[in-house]
Amino acid sequence: MAHVVVDPITRIEGHLRIEAIVDNGVITDAYSSGTMVRGFEKILKGRDPRDAWAFTERACGVCTTVHALASVRCVEDALGISVPKNAELIRNLMFCTQYVQDHVVHFYHLHALDWVDVVSALSADPAETSRIASTLSNWPKTSPGYFSDLQNRLKKFVGSGQLGIFANGYWGHSAYKLPPEVNLIGVAHYLEALQWQKDIVKIHAIFGGKNPHPNYLVGGVPCSLNPEEVNAVNMERLNHVGKLIDDATTFVEQVYFPDLLAIAGFYKDWAAVGGGLKNYLAYGDLPTQGYNQPDAFKFPRGAILDRNLKEVHEVNGRDAAEITEYISHSWYSYAGGDQVGLHPWKGETEFNFTGPTPPYEKLNVEGKYSWLKTPRWKDNPMEVGPLARLLVAYAKGSTEVQDVVNEALQKLDVPVTALFSTLGRTAARGLETRLVVRWMKGFYDDLIAQVRSGELSTFTREKWEPSTWPATAEGVGLSEAPRGALAHWIKIQDRKIDNYQLVVPTTWNGSPRDPKGQRSSFEESLIGTPMANLDQPLEILRTVHSFDPCIACAVHLYDPNGKHLHQFRFE
Amino acid sequence: MDSKPTIWQTMQQKGYSRRDFLRFCGFAATVAGIQSTGLPGVVQAFEQKPRPPVVWLHFQECTCCSESFIRCSHPIVADVLLDQLSLDYTETLQAAAGFQAEKCMQDTIKNYPGQYILLVEGSVPMNDGGVYCTIGGRTAKQILDEAAGGAAAIIAWGSCASNGCIQGAKPNPTGATPIHKLVNKPVINVPGCPPIADVMVGVVTHILALGNLPTLDSQGRPREFYSRRVHDTCYRRPYYDAGMFVESFDDDSARRGFCLYKMGCRGPVTYNACSVTRWNQATSYPIQSGHGCIGCSEKGFWDNGPFYQHLAAFPGFGIESTADSVGATVAAIATAGVVAHAVTTNIRKRKLIHEHKEESVQETKGGDR
Repeated sequence: MAHVVVDPITRIEGHLRIEAIVDNGVITDAYSSGTMVRGFEKILKGRDPRDAWAFTERACGVCTTVHALASVRCVEDALGISVPKNAELIRNLMFCTQYVQDHVVHFYHLHALDWVDVVSALSADPAETSRIASTLSNWPKTSPGYFSDLQNRLKKFVGSGQLGIFANGYWGHSAYKLPPEVNLIGVAHYLEALQWQKDIVKIHAIFGGKNPHPNYLVGGVPCSLNPEEVNAVNMERLNHVGKLIDDATTFVEQVYFPDLLAIAGFYKDWAAVGGGLKNYLAYGDLPTQGYNQPDAFKFPRGAILDRNLKEVHEVNGRDAAEITEYISHSWYSYAGGDQVGLHPWKGETEFNFTGPTPPYEKLNVEGKYSWLKTPRWKDNPMEVGPLARLLVAYAKGSTEVQDVVNEALQKLDVPVTALFSTLGRTAARGLETRLVVRWMKGFYDDLIAQVRSGELSTFTREKWEPSTWPATAEGVGLSEAPRGALAHWIKIQDRKIDNYQLVVPTTWNGSPRDPKGQRSSFEESLIGTPMANLDQPLEILRTVHSFDPCIACAVHLYDPNGKHLHQFRFE
Repeated sequence: MDSKPTIWQTMQQKGYSRRDFLRFCGFAATVAGIQSTGLPGVVQAFEQKPRPPVVWLHFQECTCCSESFIRCSHPIVADVLLDQLSLDYTETLQAAAGFQAEKCMQDTIKNYPGQYILLVEGSVPMNDGGVYCTIGGRTAKQILDEAAGGAAAIIAWGSCASNGCIQGAKPNPTGATPIHKLVNKPVINVPGCPPIADVMVGVVTHILALGNLPTLDSQGRPREFYSRRVHDTCYRRPYYDAGMFVESFDDDSARRGFCLYKMGCRGPVTYNACSVTRWNQATSYPIQSGHGCIGCSEKGFWDNGPFYQHLAAFPGFGIESTADSVGATVAAIATAGVVAHAVTTNIRKRKLIHEHKEESVQETKGGDR
């Protein structure tokens, strides 16, 4: 039996440590630890609620914008603000932009090197690579010359002896299964995706001024629509957005999705690895009739227990009995002891670091071992993310989702149960990207129709002035980050933030055990994962990366003085 | 005695206080720049390898700087990674993890002493022994100390590494500390949340291609990108000068793109390249898309809110004092030309300034905020 430590887990956002117990080449237990905290919560207290989006957006620069969206929603929910239709459409376009960029970057730049052997690509035959590539899609960059030029560039790079970001990779590991030619295609598209991703985010710049971290606004969006003005979002700007959507659709359909299928075809054994939890949670998103009409969301809301796709449970962010958080294995303490779970409204945060003094070799996993708290839905550990979203939509009968999922299963010739796996999770991300680019075009067309009809409003001023607010107010902002269910809770008192809390995707997925000893997603899904070489954690990376971890926003506030914080928390 | 009046005498005659003068000196120092020293031999060192080795550390951050970096368009980031730099360690992109990743950093530190560039994203938590950010079981501070020692140059990416950014906002619960306060060598600060992609690459390639280090201001920022206020180069500046302001988001003035000063724009106190270089391949920048600048490249900008309340004083010397405060007098004397121009500009606006001060103070007293 061996104790394997992987720290840092790279190609993620933030600082994550995995400790795993390996017996006879198979992982038998695992521990996930978030090792960085910043402490936003005390910083937010007392500030203007209309500023909160900017603060919380900085929770994560990889899934930028999603915290801003959840934030303006929770403030609007608290104050009873409904945003104009144009603002809903522009927010949806920004949301979709984020999904497409983020999922493509995740697939190629954070995840692909778990499946694609860069060194093997050096021995590919460019002509054969060209032949294979041209069977995958109509993407034009498939000539033998294109691939041989790339290969020569790669050879020169490797020959320099300076491998840069590819240094010390697990090249040649027995778990790499792709032929050299497919590896070369993977490397080519790694570089092409790197170049493409910078373009799609121009949609954020057009509506929000910049990316990462575009601007949002309580009550709408900050940009104005005006087809008579060069100084506003006019037809030139809208054309630019339309072109970027078309380009994104092409990239997803001709590069990302074909690559996903091609690579998955060689790794079908990973459809039986990394299944993890059997419960899935999605808050849903992409409203079409306002935030308070979740039945009209493109991504529906709901929870699935024990992989029973025949029943989707209702989820209510306001219900104090549904979402609770535990700290039995987190570096915090509650007044009521380590065994209780608290709803976010009643949360406490008292710093209680009991870990080893750095530098350390091992965490005490029997005790507290992470800066992440442990959220539960009706006391169940839940997986969140693209797979959860697709499963909830699938189970709720969305034919659009069912068609996309079934098509992929058919092409790969695998049963629906293949979805419950590391490979399924990675595939789900690609499948929903196909849906998102389609929806994006729809939102764009709707926005054009609005402008054509003369409806230009992007902001409602009604409750902008704090003097119009009640003395106290509270709200919930539910959303779906690319990595999964995201929610912000706010309590406003005397026109200032009195309490602001977040429960974020990687807190659900990457948290330590709860008091009952139930594992969260990362830990549960690693069990049963084979490890060919204990010194090379390639298989651990595959499963952990399939969740697209994002740690910076998953950690809670701590109080450095050990002071008891009854009401204010930032997770 | 020379009959030519000193700048201070001139300003006294125009009715400025000593305090105004000192603040103004700070502004002038930033405009003039203060030559960076103590970074010798860097370029020579870099010329010894085909691609200079680079270590990119991640501490208390949100990875927005890394995300911004990969948005660069000239050159594109793939060319930077394959042809210009050897990015030997970056948790965001590198293939290796855990032990193998750590070894990448150790190898560079060992094999290229005095020859690698250290890029740091994120602040370092100094409270409670640094337990709030550990990587591979070691604290951020321990890792920084090890990596900084042999670095030929250190660049602090973004506001986190330059000034503590959001985790350094009041009450700074983790003791988040910027890099320049923790290392005994000069640090090039490239603030912003995040910095503009092509500015980031511009700073690195300035060193490599031009064979010298960019001139820094007294806050360690390259003058090349941080010597102009967003306000001074804003395409909406004529509306400010003409007194044409947006009074509410999406009002008729907003739809015509008037000045966002009254919506809280921090352009007048923010030194950055946004309104010239713009963002995402010069597609836009915050003001162009209808939202005021929040001042994300300025030290302490999170505590300079609420964001939608407009500045209390504008554009007198008070606001410029944020730019610099050290060595100001010397710099001001050395840059009399700049000072004289600035004085003229400000005096011309005196009346307008006065009107806005009155309004701002009145609103603040109103009690909504």
